[in-house]
Amino acid sequence: MKLRSSIDAIKKPFGKGQKWERFAPAVNAFDTFLFVPNHTTKKGAHIRDGVDLKRTMVTVIIALLPAFIYGVYNTGYQYFVQSGIAFTFWDALLHGALKIMPMVAVSYGVGLAIEFAFAVYRGHEVNEGYLVTGLLVPMIMPVDIPLWMVGLSVAFAVLIAKEAFGGTGMNILNPALTARAFAFFAYPTYMSGNKVWVSEASNVDGISGETILGSLAAGNDVSYSMFDMFVGAIPGSIAETSTLWVLVGAAILILTGVGSWRIMVGGVLGAAATAFLFNLWGANALMSFDWMNHLIVGGFAFGVVFMATDPVSAAQTTKGKWVYGLLVGVFCILIRVFNPAYPEGVMLAILLMNVFAPTIDHYVVEGNIKRRKKRLNASLTPAS
Amino acid sequence: MSADITLRKGLTIPLEGEAQRKVSTAEASNAFVIYPDDFHGVVPKMLIKEGEKVALGQPVFYSKANPEIKFVSPVSGTLTQIERGAKRRILAIAIDADGKDTTTKHKISALDALSADDVKKLLLESGCWPFIKQRPYDIIANPDNAPKAIFISGFNTAPLAADVSFLLSSQEEDFQNGILALGKLAPKIHVSVDAHEDSFLTRVSGVELHRFKGQHPAGNVGVQVHHVDAVNAGETVWVINPVDVARIGMFFSTGIFDPSQTVAVAGPVVSEPSYFKTRIGAAVAPLLKQAGVQAGGQIRVINGDALSGATTHADGNLGFYNNTLTVLAEGNHYRMFGWLPFAGSKIFSMSRTSLSWLLPKRKYALDTNLNGEERALVVTGEMEQVLPMDIFPMQLLKECMAQNIEKMEGLGIYEVAPEDFALVDYASTSKIEAQAIIREALDLMIKEVG
Repeated sequence: MKLRSSIDAIKKPFGKGQKWERFAPAVNAFDTFLFVPNHTTKKGAHIRDGVDLKRTMVTVIIALLPAFIYGVYNTGYQYFVQSGIAFTFWDALLHGALKIMPMVAVSYGVGLAIEFAFAVYRGHEVNEGYLVTGLLVPMIMPVDIPLWMVGLSVAFAVLIAKEAFGGTGMNILNPALTARAFAFFAYPTYMSGNKVWVSEASNVDGISGETILGSLAAGNDVSYSMFDMFVGAIPGSIAETSTLWVLVGAAILILTGVGSWRIMVGGVLGAAATAFLFNLWGANALMSFDWMNHLIVGGFAFGVVFMATDPVSAAQTTKGKWVYGLLVGVFCILIRVFNPAYPEGVMLAILLMNVFAPTIDHYVVEGNIKRRKKRLNASLTPAS
Repeated sequence: MSADITLRKGLTIPLEGEAQRKVSTAEASNAFVIYPDDFHGVVPKMLIKEGEKVALGQPVFYSKANPEIKFVSPVSGTLTQIERGAKRRILAIAIDADGKDTTTKHKISALDALSADDVKKLLLESGCWPFIKQRPYDIIANPDNAPKAIFISGFNTAPLAADVSFLLSSQEEDFQNGILALGKLAPKIHVSVDAHEDSFLTRVSGVELHRFKGQHPAGNVGVQVHHVDAVNAGETVWVINPVDVARIGMFFSTGIFDPSQTVAVAGPVVSEPSYFKTRIGAAVAPLLKQAGVQAGGQIRVINGDALSGATTHADGNLGFYNNTLTVLAEGNHYRMFGWLPFAGSKIFSMSRTSLSWLLPKRKYALDTNLNGEERALVVTGEMEQVLPMDIFPMQLLKECMAQNIEKMEGLGIYEVAPEDFALVDYASTSKIEAQAIIREALDLMIKEVG
């Protein structure tokens, strides 16, 4: 193959013992995107499954795309509807793309630059995890956030939440959510309130962009139908609004086995049960907000499907995944209901459970150790 | 008989080239080799020098740690070469057969009259002992131990592995005889068979029979031990392959070490995969030729199955234990955009990122390509999916890497052998080497705990 031999020629100075050997990870990252390498098994099983991390991560990206494309469209849709300008589907899509694609570019640019630098510095190959994080970050930001904030949040997340802990596979917190949490606490005026959720809302007076949860927290009524909330034609972070397209992504993740259905189902059960109990109590607007609506507004669906299921920061044992998922759901509704300062609870709920996931796993694994000890003791005391 | 034990976890790898049930006699070859690496942890002490004559069944070397354990020649002839590697470690012992088959015969009285010590002594003297392995540690059994039971797996679920009941089809008497002998060494013998099995293995007397239902690794003896009577800290069980039970049975009726081995030559690059009657340590070249493997192509010849076998080469020899010789194509080729999910069904994958799951009956000509590169551990749950034991594989592997002995004990290191983790190797998205990690951990346990 001609392409292959020219790549091999380009890679020559990066080979073992050559001048630019230490930069090999950076070159390999590009090469392995073109070609699955010719490495063969050296020890252990002689045959290996077709799956690798690239394949897994690209599957997640495919699962994200429906929600992403709808988010791009909804950005334009919200803008045109609120400003009363007549528009077509393509106008909305174009408006959204012009807003969002630069954010995607900044997120990937900054994040991958750091990942590449660390790969070269530590002498390991570039892990593919950031391909997902890089797309997730803009999807969960408000549309009007300045690009430099996106870049800074990404840098914080990759450096502090990921590389400081040892890189891919070692992080405690989900990097994309850490980026959002960083922006949320560092620049609250850009991340909350009623002026950030619709494109241009901060510049044009006529546009108000309050989220449903935001208006509920302020004690106002909701003016959207349940159908709107489900399809996602509502204000919110860029790609979180459409439960419908999130569900399509969930279906892809569950069918391929890439995302944990236990965490997703656990999360939905936890949130539904908690919200249902609060419905019975009904002391404020968010408590009496129908439990089914709680599941389809805000970032809950998106968070549970795409962020809580991050295998590195979630619980890792089968039982642990159930507990972790349930608690994400429970805490999400608890934060929504009890803390009017954070009308959306899913981000903090997932970050909180990220911290507790190792503890959950610890107790599950400890159970296994205890079973084994019990069996040993039983064998030592002969049956009478 | 106890109820069927059903294992829901595991994976059948649809590898192409299963051996047809037909046995041919392999062409005679003079070049025999014993690989000391087949006996993990054994440091060989030679009894015969280069150039000396050796008879069939005559000890060639013994184990430095346990001189009682002797390893005998599978053929009579001349010891031509002792190949040594780094630090003078012996890699291979070559014996040139003379075709006369002068044998070492042991005097044996009727089995009924033999005590446990007599049986043990005869097995050690005759070179039959190394067929008995032990758990924990997956090494040759220590004759000084008293095992709580002996386990025999009557079926093999590894990809393309030789069919046990087919291998044993004419050896019912020998097998029963072997059980009689082994019965003297342990209070109990467990035989596990596939749930659908109806060969003589289900009618053997003097054993407890168990039926297993499930995919690979249900046929692994370690998995069966775990479900029948798991190994606790401080306990030992012995395990032995069913063909070697028959071999021991034969020895007790003839007094001669029986070196014959029926081997399934299988794999995607074998044009006529089938069974061949040959000998332990025989050269593989005639087998490859007879089974129709293209010589000269880039192939990998494996003593054992494609998951946990040992690499040899086209001019190499059969191992001591294997009834399967797997031949794969080397996968040192590039695949453009090969990581694209949903791009086709030609790549077999446990995850449904390849459309192969829509074609459950299809067989695949898998090669040795790694299908990716090693990465940090990210995906969770996939190891659990292929290990049908009450063990947390990822947590155990991490503790093994950290050499945390207490945690390894707690998480079940005594219950596992590398082969039980072969599917973890296979399934890992991050391409980790689980078998190697477990082997090193077991070696550490031998050193630290003993």
